Amino acid sequence: MQLSRTARILLRLATALGLAVIYAPLLLVLVNSFNASRSFAWPPSGFSTRWWAAAWQETGLRAALATSLKAGLGATAVALVLGTMAAFAATRYRFYGRQSVSFLLILPIALPGIVTGIALNAAFRTVLTPLGVGFGLFTVVVGHATFCIVVVFNNVAARLRRIAPSAEEASADLGAHTFQTFWYVTLPAVRSALLAGALLAFALSFDEIVVTTFTAGPGTQTLPLWIFDNLARPNQGPVVDVVAAVLIVLAVLPVYLAQRLSGEPLR
Amino acid sequence: MTAPAATRAPDRTPDRLPARTPVRRLAGALHRRPGLRLAALLAAPMTWLVLAYLGSLTVLLLSAFWTTNEFTSNIEYRWTADNFRSLLTDPQYRTVALRTLGIAASVTVIDAVIALPMAFYIGRVARPGSRRLLLVAVLTPLWAGYLVKAYAWWVMLSHGGVLDWVTAPFGGHSPGFGVPAVVMVLGYLWLPYMVLPLCTAFEQLPDSLLAAAADLGAGPWRTLRTVVLPMVRPALIAGSIFTFSLSLGDYLAVQIVGGTTSMLGNVIASNVTLNLPLAAAVSCVPVLLIIGYLLAVRRTGALDSL
Amino acid sequence: MSIRHPLRTLAAAAALLLAAACGSNAGGNSASTGFAAPNIPAQKSLGPGEGTVNIVAWAGYVESGQDSKTVDWVTPFTKQTGCKVNLKVAGTSDEMVALMKTGQYDTVSASGDATLRLIAGGDVAPVNTALVPNYADIYPGLKNQPWNSVNGVAYGIPHGRGANLLMYNTDKVAPAPTSWGSVFAADSPYAGHLTAYDSPIYIADAALYLMKTKPELGIKNPYALTTSQLDAAVALLKVQKKQIGSYWSDYTKEQAAFDSGDDLIGTTWEVIHQAVAADGKVRTQAILPSEGSTGWSDTWMISAHAQHPDCAYQWMNYIVSPSVNAQVAEYFGEAPANSKACAQITDNPNFCTDYHATDESWWKNVYYWTTPTAQCADGGGRNDCTTYAQWVTAWNGIKS
Repeated sequence: MQLSRTARILLRLATALGLAVIYAPLLLVLVNSFNASRSFAWPPSGFSTRWWAAAWQETGLRAALATSLKAGLGATAVALVLGTMAAFAATRYRFYGRQSVSFLLILPIALPGIVTGIALNAAFRTVLTPLGVGFGLFTVVVGHATFCIVVVFNNVAARLRRIAPSAEEASADLGAHTFQTFWYVTLPAVRSALLAGALLAFALSFDEIVVTTFTAGPGTQTLPLWIFDNLARPNQGPVVDVVAAVLIVLAVLPVYLAQRLSGEPLR
Repeated sequence: MTAPAATRAPDRTPDRLPARTPVRRLAGALHRRPGLRLAALLAAPMTWLVLAYLGSLTVLLLSAFWTTNEFTSNIEYRWTADNFRSLLTDPQYRTVALRTLGIAASVTVIDAVIALPMAFYIGRVARPGSRRLLLVAVLTPLWAGYLVKAYAWWVMLSHGGVLDWVTAPFGGHSPGFGVPAVVMVLGYLWLPYMVLPLCTAFEQLPDSLLAAAADLGAGPWRTLRTVVLPMVRPALIAGSIFTFSLSLGDYLAVQIVGGTTSMLGNVIASNVTLNLPLAAAVSCVPVLLIIGYLLAVRRTGALDSL
Repeated sequence: MSIRHPLRTLAAAAALLLAAACGSNAGGNSASTGFAAPNIPAQKSLGPGEGTVNIVAWAGYVESGQDSKTVDWVTPFTKQTGCKVNLKVAGTSDEMVALMKTGQYDTVSASGDATLRLIAGGDVAPVNTALVPNYADIYPGLKNQPWNSVNGVAYGIPHGRGANLLMYNTDKVAPAPTSWGSVFAADSPYAGHLTAYDSPIYIADAALYLMKTKPELGIKNPYALTTSQLDAAVALLKVQKKQIGSYWSDYTKEQAAFDSGDDLIGTTWEVIHQAVAADGKVRTQAILPSEGSTGWSDTWMISAHAQHPDCAYQWMNYIVSPSVNAQVAEYFGEAPANSKACAQITDNPNFCTDYHATDESWWKNVYYWTTPTAQCADGGGRNDCTTYAQWVTAWNGIKS
């Protein structure tokens, strides 16, 4: 499509403006992490690195980070297995209710987190508590996995729709059994989609707060819960800014990786 | 993969019959019965979603027909439709529901308007090298944390905050805390979810189609209107599922920048503590709205382009 | 407080509700003689401690040095007892009740508008005060009160008490306010910069103001409102809402809003006033207005389903010990409950006088948070008062 020079410039401007809006609050977070004042009020009253030192020494923060990593990895693992299975079923087979599968998968992420949260909370309390399983990391993983399945499903299903089943058929014709075909033919073809889906699922789990609030027991504190508790404390607001600033910088890597992987076989 | 046959690459054994290992027998059984294969694939995810998720939701929605003890807030298992009756008759719920719907719709429209040119630029105009970097730039803020971003907006919007500071030379001031602030912040939070599917859609537009449109004499505007927009519509709807439904259920951002505004999420959250049955009844409103929306857009194929 | 007799009638109603609610579960005393709590036995003896205790508390009650290394009484507790503390801060009494209902927490610092609900709901157990040695030093005036005991059976350990104050920005608010009228006036010069506490119990603040300024309404106690009196309070709060910038229940939200100048005047706790003063961005004052004020008297209670009861008991004993009770009282800005605590506060010898720790007559003007029930809490013996459930509906209506 041939665009006029003006149109190109306007589009570039719109994009630049959009990105500026996206990054302005993040810049503010970075500035405030060096703000000498202990509350969020603007403008900063002075430059200080004491919050960075404080964040480094915060043991609660480290524990919360570890919990978040564990919860994210657990939820991602479950989502990978279940999402991939569902994706194969939905793309390689025709069956009654196939349309409902993707609909059902999307529900946990489309419905309000608070509804998902209180529903799971009520269910855990009636089913798990009598079995002696209390609220904790396990319930958080279950809650997160529920809404992470869909992102793995979407990534893998999109890839499966693009790769023709002929390669798999050829593999079968050459004598490979179902599992060998999966292991040697299908899996390598969808591997990058799996990784992209896994990264996205991990990111979703890592930033989730509402469902976590209702599924975490006392003593199970994920990073967002820690942030929630500490934004509400006089001296901790700037420490939270430090955490956010570090996370943004660290996030560039996985996001770039996910982008590369999901875009790989295209065009 | 413990059986010896399985560790060998398949193309090395074309001319002799493979050993009858248990793995191969199972594989054979699966191969001969696609129904069994399908059932094996679907069993786990469907058990999880139907039992763990739909089951919980059903229990929650059923509990909307119970009631609570006014004093102790203990749930009383007495069947009553009172919660739904007050939901339908009490004007406060209608006010809040309409306000929430208005906010969610505004957020969706605003995000679409901002995301379309951005996604078009990133997907079609930018050079492939910078394309990836731009996408990373759009997606990275998703990792900054929902709460951190909402609080950053609080600082920007607050009295004498960044917005006052920036707009003061032009005689403007921050809109303060209220519905406009909520729309701004929610629009900000969900923008990447709108840009991403649109980018993919623009990127995947076949060049040949656009060339054909140009060959047939269509100008850029006409091509945009009659060729491009209809083709990215599923992606637009996919993005709107996120912006619309995430806004519809939000309650934390509203608490932070909403001033005295309350949305459906707040009504649910404030009742969760003391009156779970009422909270469950109120939950039905966003649930029905979102399910209705999903059903309405399902035909467009939007669910596949998420 | 003058609610000995009405409490019995209240108890009768509660007992009836309970009987309906949990059938055979509602044991205890017969309805006519006192408050009927579910028959939950108090713990007989203390074990070695379970290594953990899960606590629900008001912000500022359980500090482990996050805010300042000097404000830390959790670390010494863990060192002493080996009990790791998991804290859940609650912003309102309703949140506390809900959290205790999950059965995941062992102990809670409940205010008077939560205590009886927790007792009647079977969520908390009686406390064996013999297992809490520091109970002996608690001011007798705080022991066995209607909000922390049933028929002489203690359901908790008094922690401290305070008033909800009126805070204002001294540079922006002039003349200095002396009355709650400054937050309830229809044409406040500070419209858009007012704040209020975000909980149904805040209706009592409006009722208290009406009680003192509109005697024709006949309000005798801000927690005992007939339907028409509640309507009057709601009307006042709807007028107020138009002037509110934002409500607060998370206490740092108010702190930050005062710091930035978004809030200029509104109800507060002393701990928030202190925090704003420590930030040093704006100058504020917190006063007890001429009408008196609502307030709270807090009690440490133990869950009926406590998974770490021994650590919980050790915590209850620790938190009301003279030195710790003094630290908390000073940090939070409230009157301590332990009679020996005042002697421990060295940097401000007038602290206990300032906070009226022993001045019972001063507390007459402070109306402790109480759960409104149909049995009017004003001592008149009537039963046509609005219940807390009605207050919740009314509050949601105000905010919608």
